Amino acid sequence: MDYLYFPGCTLYTKAKNFDQTARDCSLLLGFELKELKNWTCCGATFPLATDNIMALLPPSRILATAREEGTALTTLCAICFNVIKRTNRLIQGDGEKRDKINNFIEKHYQGDLQVLHYLEVLKQDIGFPQLKEKVRKPLAGLKAAAYYGCMLLRPFEEMGFDDKEKPTLFEDFLEALGAEAVEFPYKIECCGSFQSVGSPDVATECAYKILGSAVKNGAEAMVSTCPMCTFNVDHKQSDIKQKHSDFKPIPVFYFTQLLGISMGLDCQTLGFEQNAVDPLPLLKEKGLL
Amino acid sequence: MGDNGGFVKKAMVIGGGIAGISASIDLGNGGYEVVLVEKLPSIGGRMLQLSETFPTLDCAQCTLTPKTVETGQHPKIKLLTYSEVEQVEGKAGNFAVTVRRKAGYVDWEKCTGCGLCQQKCPSKNPSEFDRGMGLGKAIYTLSPQAVPNKPVIDPSHCRYFKEKKCRVCEKICPVGAIDYEQQDRFVKENVGAIVTAVGFDLIPKESFGEYGYGEVPDVIDGLAFERLNSASGPTTGEIRRPSDGRIPKEVVFIQCTGSRDPERYMPYCARVCCMYTAKHARLYKHKVHDGQAYIFYMDIRSTGKGYEEFIQQGMEEEGILYLRGRVSRIFRDGEKVIVWGVDTLTGKKVEISADMVVLATAIVSQKNTKELAGKLGIKTDEYGFLTEAQRKLRPVETDVEGIYIAGCAQGPKDIADAVAHANAAASKVQGLFARH
Repeated sequence: MDYLYFPGCTLYTKAKNFDQTARDCSLLLGFELKELKNWTCCGATFPLATDNIMALLPPSRILATAREEGTALTTLCAICFNVIKRTNRLIQGDGEKRDKINNFIEKHYQGDLQVLHYLEVLKQDIGFPQLKEKVRKPLAGLKAAAYYGCMLLRPFEEMGFDDKEKPTLFEDFLEALGAEAVEFPYKIECCGSFQSVGSPDVATECAYKILGSAVKNGAEAMVSTCPMCTFNVDHKQSDIKQKHSDFKPIPVFYFTQLLGISMGLDCQTLGFEQNAVDPLPLLKEKGLL
Repeated sequence: MGDNGGFVKKAMVIGGGIAGISASIDLGNGGYEVVLVEKLPSIGGRMLQLSETFPTLDCAQCTLTPKTVETGQHPKIKLLTYSEVEQVEGKAGNFAVTVRRKAGYVDWEKCTGCGLCQQKCPSKNPSEFDRGMGLGKAIYTLSPQAVPNKPVIDPSHCRYFKEKKCRVCEKICPVGAIDYEQQDRFVKENVGAIVTAVGFDLIPKESFGEYGYGEVPDVIDGLAFERLNSASGPTTGEIRRPSDGRIPKEVVFIQCTGSRDPERYMPYCARVCCMYTAKHARLYKHKVHDGQAYIFYMDIRSTGKGYEEFIQQGMEEEGILYLRGRVSRIFRDGEKVIVWGVDTLTGKKVEISADMVVLATAIVSQKNTKELAGKLGIKTDEYGFLTEAQRKLRPVETDVEGIYIAGCAQGPKDIADAVAHANAAASKVQGLFARH
């Protein structure tokens, strides 16, 4: 079975490694990510102002186009997932907004598309036990912290991804790959998000706390589902190091990179050159290269 | 049968907490026969779990035990403990009530209450009475001053029931009172009126994901703090936290946990938390002088006699730090319990690295109140509390003549109000009896 796939802008630029590894792993798992035609930016934030129809149009257009091609749309980036899923739910439940949006984009979309995250596809359609059987190189001995951030989980009523306070889906995934998932209290906390533009110190502090908490609980690496989170917790580690001399950098993977390693993909194809903190020494140490 | 056209001038009180006890004593002293039905092995109810009571800070057991003893020895009061109402038929003046006397596997006729069986019982299980903190035995009484002072066996913890071996209590019992073959028995009681005083429960702390789903050991509820502070509790009254038994130096108390939260939990105010939280913080300070108590609150509702003064004294003389705001998250970080909240008066986020957290969890109805109401033919509200006939002018009557309600079964109340409510219910019963 193939999945209609919305990559999103960042996965074409800063997070190419996220996109490529997801596509490669899919083929090994027996399905293809078929890229949606003529996709645009999702809008990058779900608008909270009630009269802000304009901000709802890009995700609505994406949804309407996708519905013409299939019944489900798969995303990778947690922010795109959040924006598109919430817009879909709004179109489903709010007739007035639905009519207004359809008038603008000249479509007749009813909100009847299933919006999925890649991890949900792996859990629901492949199944973690089956995934475990397909693993060729188990990530044995790798202590990894599953970092959810907020976009996958909140608002809980709209996302319905997993328990909002104590999710386990991501850890279950890592365990299926043979890694040891490290529990840490900051796993559902915000990375600082776009504060990294306006108030970079705020974002750096957020990342420092998140990474520090993971390391304190034994993590050797962090795993992310979101290019925004990755920017803050991976690319900002040099800033953190300048402010906090005690800080020890740890590599941050996209979950698809770890999936790639476990599926036996060649390390050259995993796009580690885009990771800020070089993961190769750790992988070498763990015998995963 | 009674002597006035078959009108039975005998009452049943369901629930042996402070409300049920108060109603029973009133009715007994009024000269009427009373059957007091209690589901636990002994009477006293929630109040028996409390350490000290507001606003006087007198010992709950010291004020309650004379009442339980009086109830137990009262010539007009018949105790049916470890019993539940099974079926109710008839009408005012002639209710036929079937009571299930649950099998406790101890013949109470023979038992002298010597307590040897409890000493020797080899099983150790978390004590429900101590909110899971202390260790109880499979054969137990609820407290050393239990009325009646007769034990029962909990088959879910008993080695004999689980593994078919042990029988230590049988061997040790000097009067041969242990009876592993005992079955539930049913007794019929004919009464003219029924007072329902089945009390309340607390919303489980496991309900609160943001506070760790009950999985952080040093996050406890208000009743657990009462047990910690009680001389008969698991720490013999020393404030020691559950995880490692250390004395906590920073304790955060959170009011309105699950109360006044219409979106997620209970919309109503539990009425007692402002007072008992202030009491907890003060009692904590009395025992841990160098400790710091923080209280997160929404408003302070201290409307009883001497209540506001009690709160003010805590703030001004005992250095309790009140923070107006909610707590968004609690998690464990090493040995500490991290509390994230907001102080809305300064508009600042607050992070407290605490040693223990006490949640003033919402008062909810007992889970089988609705079922009992069905048997009695009376109504409950959407939260499972019993509905009175009229909110203002008929607060203890129900829609069914001869059936009355008392205490927290009707809604959250403090002890003084629960007792007043029970006194009113008893006087209504006496009025009914006097008219026939």
